[in-house]
Amino acid sequence: MNPSAAARLNTALAWVLLAFLVAPALVAIPVSLTPKTFLSFPTDELSLQHYRKLFGSAEWMSSFWQSTVIALASTLLATATGTLCAIGLWRVSSRAGEVMRAVLLLPLVIPPIIAAMAFYRLFVPLGLIDSYPGLILAHTVLAAPLVLITVSASLAGFDVRLEQASRGLGASGFTTMRRVILPGIKPGVMAGAVFAFISSWDEIVVTLFLSKFSVYTLPRRMWNGIRENTDPTVAAAAVVLMVVTLVAFLIWALAARARAKGLKHG
Amino acid sequence: MTPARPRLNAGWLLVLPLLALVLALFLGPIVNILWLSVTDPEPGFGNYAALITSDSLTRILWTTLRICVICTAISVILGYCIAYAMVHAADGDRNRMLGLLLVSFWISVLVRTFSWLMLLGRNGLVNNGLEAIGVISQPIAFMRNELGVLIGMVHYMVPYAVLPILASMQAMDGRVVSASRSLGATGAQTFWRVYLPLTRPGVVAAALLVFIINLGFYVVPAVLGGGKVLMVAEYISVQVLITLRWGTAAMLAALLLFGVLALLFLMSRFMKLSTVFGGART
Repeated sequence: MNPSAAARLNTALAWVLLAFLVAPALVAIPVSLTPKTFLSFPTDELSLQHYRKLFGSAEWMSSFWQSTVIALASTLLATATGTLCAIGLWRVSSRAGEVMRAVLLLPLVIPPIIAAMAFYRLFVPLGLIDSYPGLILAHTVLAAPLVLITVSASLAGFDVRLEQASRGLGASGFTTMRRVILPGIKPGVMAGAVFAFISSWDEIVVTLFLSKFSVYTLPRRMWNGIRENTDPTVAAAAVVLMVVTLVAFLIWALAARARAKGLKHG
Repeated sequence: MTPARPRLNAGWLLVLPLLALVLALFLGPIVNILWLSVTDPEPGFGNYAALITSDSLTRILWTTLRICVICTAISVILGYCIAYAMVHAADGDRNRMLGLLLVSFWISVLVRTFSWLMLLGRNGLVNNGLEAIGVISQPIAFMRNELGVLIGMVHYMVPYAVLPILASMQAMDGRVVSASRSLGATGAQTFWRVYLPLTRPGVVAAALLVFIINLGFYVVPAVLGGGKVLMVAEYISVQVLITLRWGTAAMLAALLLFGVLALLFLMSRFMKLSTVFGGART
C-alpha cells in the first residue's frame, strides 16, 4: 500500500467533507430567491419578493429589532461581568480560583434544555417570562463564560510585571485596570464580545421557553416558520440571520489576523 | 509592595458580579429542579422508579443513547479524517480548511436544520436529484426518522470533533513517525501502531465532547425527527411546557446533568478542558 496515495485520498476526502459541512448551510440562499409562494428551489427565474415581504412585515421587523436589542444588551452585560471575573481570577490565581472558574464555566457545558428549565422555573414566579429583562439576563448568563474564556486567554499572555510597575509607580487599582490591564487584553475582550453577541443572536432553546407573545426574537419566529414549513419568507429570514452571524465572525477573523501580523512585525 | 491579603480580596471582588448572576439565575434554580425530582408530585423516588416501569421513558432513553452513540462514532471518524488532512496540508490549504470548518461551526443550528429540511424532504433537492438521474423511483424517507436526525446531528457535530483531535495531532512529536518509518514499518503499520495510539487522548476527548452535546440536543431531533424520533431534551420540553409534569422533567434533567458532569470529569482526565472549549471558540 502506497502511504502517500492513502494520504492524498484522505486529503481529497477531507475537502469533500468540508464541502458537506458548509454547502448545505447555504441552501437557504437559493430557496429565499424562489419566485413561487411556497418553499421550493427556483427553476427559471429569481425573485426578491420574499425579501420585500420580510422587510415589509411589521412582525418580522419587530423580531429583528428585538433580537438586536437583546443581543446588544446581553453582550454588554456578559462582556463587563466576564472581563471583570477573568481579571479577578487572574489576580487570585490559586487552586480555589481554578475551582471557581470551573463553576462559572458550567453554563457553557450544561445542556441548554436544562438551562431553559432553570430560567423558566425562576422567571415564572418573578413575572420575567416574555420580557426583555428575562431574556437579556438569561442570554447574559449563557454568554459570559465565552468572555471569561477569551479574556483569560489574553491574560495568560499578559506580563504581570506591567501591573506591578503601574502599582509601584503609585497608580491606584482602578487606574491600573483602566490604563494598563484593559488595553493589554483588548483583543480578548473584543473576541469575547463578538462570541457573546453571536451566542445571543442565534439562541433558540432557552428563548423557546422564555418568549411567548410580546418578546419574539428572530430565531423564535423562524422556529415557527420552520415548523409550519410553508412560507419562503423563513428562508429570507434565515439568510439575514446567517449574514449577521458571518459578518460578526469576519470582524473577529480580520481582527485576529491583523493582530497576528502586528505581532510578527512589531 | 502591597501586602498579599488585600490583593487577594480585590481579585475576588471582581469575580462577584458574575458569580452572583450565575448562582442566582442558573445554579440556584438547577438545585431547585434537582430537589423537584424527588419531591414532585410526592416525596420519594417515584420519578426515578418510573424509569424502570414506564415503557415510554425506557424507549426515549434508549433512542437517545443509540442515536448519541452512532452520531458520536460517525462524527469522530469524519473529524479524524479532516484533522489528519489539516495537519498534513500546506499552510495555505490548512488555513482554508480551518476557515471552512469555522464558518460551518458558526452558522446557526436553526439555519442549518432549515436547510436540511429543504434538502431531505419528499420533494427536497436530494430526492428530486436522485429521481431525475434515475437512481431511485420512489422518494427516500429521510425525514421523521432516525436517518434524518443522524444526518443533521453529524453535520452539526463534526467541527466539535475536529478541534480536540487537531490539538492532539499538533501536539505530537512528528519525529516518531519518521523513526517508525526508518525502522522499517510500512505507512499503514506506522499509522495503526504509532500515530493512532499517540492521538488517542484527542480522539477520546472528541468522542466525549460530541457525546455530551448530543445527549441534550434539542433543535435537530425536534425539527428533523418531526415528533417521530423523541429524544430526552424534546421530551423534557413537552413535560414542562405542555403536560406540566415537572417531576418527570426534573428527573430526566437530573439524569442528563449527572451524565454530562460524569463525562466531563472523565474527559478532564484525557485533556485539559480549557483547550477543548477554548480551542473551539478562540
